Amino acid sequence: MKKEYVMGNSAIALGALAAGVNLVSGYPGTPSSEIIETVAKYKNGDVHLEWSVNEKAALEVAAGAAYAGARAMVTMKQVGLNVASDPLMSLAYVGVKGGLVIVAADDPGPISSQTEQDTRMFAEFARIPVFDPSSPEEAYIMIRDAFDYSEKYRTPVLFRPTTRVCHAYASIEREEDPVPKKYEGFIKDSKKWVIFPRLSFMNHEMIEKRNPMIGDDFSGYHLNTVTGSGKKAIFASGISYAYVKEYLQDRDDVILCKISTPYPFPEKLALSVLEKAEEVLCAEELSPYIETQLQRLAGIHRLPVRILGKTTGNGRLSGENSADWAAETVGEFLGDEPKPKTDLSDMPPLPVRPPVLCAGCPHRASFYAVKKAMAGRKAYFCGDIGCYTLGNAMPLDMTDTCLCMGAGITMAQGFNHMDKDAVSFAFVGDSTFFASGMTGTVNAVYNEADMILCVLDNSTTAMTGHQPHPGTGRNMMGDIIEKIDIVKILEGIGVKKIVTVNPFDLESAVGAVRDCADIPGVKAIIFKAPCIALTKPTQKMEITDRCIKCKKCIKEIGCPAITVSEGRVVIDTTLCTGCGLCSKICPVNAIGGEC
Amino acid sequence: MSKISKDILLCGVGGQGTVLASKLIAAAAMLEGNTVHSAETIGMAQRGGSVTSHVRIGDRAFSPLIPGGSADLMLAFEPAEAVRNLGYLKQDGAVIVNSVTVKPVTESLADTGYDGKKELEYLKKKCGCVIVVDASELCREFGSSKFFNTAILGVAVGTGKTGLDRNSVLSEIENRVPERFREVNKKAFLKGERIGEEYAVK
Repeated sequence: MKKEYVMGNSAIALGALAAGVNLVSGYPGTPSSEIIETVAKYKNGDVHLEWSVNEKAALEVAAGAAYAGARAMVTMKQVGLNVASDPLMSLAYVGVKGGLVIVAADDPGPISSQTEQDTRMFAEFARIPVFDPSSPEEAYIMIRDAFDYSEKYRTPVLFRPTTRVCHAYASIEREEDPVPKKYEGFIKDSKKWVIFPRLSFMNHEMIEKRNPMIGDDFSGYHLNTVTGSGKKAIFASGISYAYVKEYLQDRDDVILCKISTPYPFPEKLALSVLEKAEEVLCAEELSPYIETQLQRLAGIHRLPVRILGKTTGNGRLSGENSADWAAETVGEFLGDEPKPKTDLSDMPPLPVRPPVLCAGCPHRASFYAVKKAMAGRKAYFCGDIGCYTLGNAMPLDMTDTCLCMGAGITMAQGFNHMDKDAVSFAFVGDSTFFASGMTGTVNAVYNEADMILCVLDNSTTAMTGHQPHPGTGRNMMGDIIEKIDIVKILEGIGVKKIVTVNPFDLESAVGAVRDCADIPGVKAIIFKAPCIALTKPTQKMEITDRCIKCKKCIKEIGCPAITVSEGRVVIDTTLCTGCGLCSKICPVNAIGGEC
Repeated sequence: MSKISKDILLCGVGGQGTVLASKLIAAAAMLEGNTVHSAETIGMAQRGGSVTSHVRIGDRAFSPLIPGGSADLMLAFEPAEAVRNLGYLKQDGAVIVNSVTVKPVTESLADTGYDGKKELEYLKKKCGCVIVVDASELCREFGSSKFFNTAILGVAVGTGKTGLDRNSVLSEIENRVPERFREVNKKAFLKGERIGEEYAVK
């Protein structure tokens, strides 16, 4: 065993390796991305590792491995589970042979996501077990349990950490040199592995009978715990358990029940608490899941217990919990005196800091080129998921819509069919194009949409931490592969007009957009320039005395490296990367660069 | 058992290097045999947004984030960020703050005259111990404010308020900083430490 200080995501990865995982697949998404990156760092050669093209592909690859009896893990963020839900729902009926654990990281807040969906609800919907760790240390142990339960009940299982567990750091004792599982290989049996209505009917009944048994099994699961005593009880799950524990410390005049396996609900364990308690508080994030389970149990068993939580106004309906939330809510529940706080009501108004595109980001230049080319014309700008969602910020203001992965391409078609007078644009990153942009492009060509597809190709998956993808020529096995060429894909689909431009060549980029705007059908512009976070600065720009302080550079492109200081417009040389976009905007040529 | 119990909050703007400083504190504390938990801002907010790192040293920390009113020490890389996170600080907690501002794009567009002065005054009004450091002045000889993270860590260690031995921090700089930046980071740390020591005496 080796002691190591790691992030929660790394603890999950190391725990899976210790459990003998044979295959790990996934698609990047905050807060889950570091799991696969950690597997890459620690795995031995026998483990197959991949960033799949999207979450659906990742789950299907893993399902194949699990059918063969191998242990497989799939990683994604919570919205990725929506993409993977098609195979997941069917897989729940078919079942697995080797352990299959789907890690879907939830993001209460949301801190870096589109939705506050609750994967515990998804588990119930899919009728499969779910594990909910409350700390990195626990995640390391629990992921192995998840594999064991998956094999014991021959079902895929969900594992859902939340952002604060994924990104928290703690020390774990990790197993050194773990050995991947020896597996039998796939045994053909079409009655078992081919989903037909008859199989679904039979297995549905089996699952409904099996799940209460898993619930009973979970009542004795070592990470579902009951401590303390008294007439008041707190049920907590995930990071909320840590917050409650932080408040209670060693106090034992209250019952604290930790639910680490929300579905199938450990009813016997919960009942043992509900029968003793007069009042119960539920500490959980996202949906009132445990609360609803307790309400149901109290109803069935006609228990006089009072259950407090989100549905009774004793919990947040949205956003994440915190140690302060727990101190306030639990304190009130237990009738404690509130701790005195420093009065900060007279705080001066602080500058707001919405996230922005980095100084030197090629997306800024791409958006600016489209904006210039479309000045005075009616146009719709459909955005997508990635760093370039930040193109919505002022002063660029170049993202009219953002819905989900790949939706920009297809939504632009809807806009076009409803308004032929406007030019419809879709902006998509290279990784997102591979993940879910290709089918949308086929749809556009097939259904004769008039639109301009702008692929913002920075040769990486930037927002989630620069993961490789099919267009980068590298994969997670460390192999150099032939790059899958976006232009050739578009040609194959039948896009007739495809232009590749360097967005920093502003004149050519604007020209390309103007050319495409009046051609019918689907046109594609590939704005190609590497992510600035992976590139060395070429030069630093400087503002000379010629500056007339018109601030056009600030008002047009909003680069974080350009600021006003004591009435002068200045460039912060620690941020400037020398992209030179500002120098092309300055009306008096006051901005120059030097190598 | 941990020898010390300290909650240290680091705050600033994405890109200022708060993460390295928090990793060095955590590593040095572990080197001395303490239990450590920490948490960082990761994801979209790193792109020029407000970021925090929470470092919790000791056996009584269950939450990865420091509860409000509990931080013993705050290392603020930017004045407005110090004020924004003041609720985390203990009533007798100490703040080490950079006086140099980072102006967001929204600020440059609207130009409300944010210069950090009001924020520093507010900090002094609310806290008994505020140490103001000018990052550009401190880091001038190193050629870049990027070395401010090890410098402010030096100030913190110099005051004695981290409870950490300077040698553990120096040895973690040795372990964790890439070789070509190692010497300059050590110099920045030592320069910061001298500033911190002045406050320790007072």
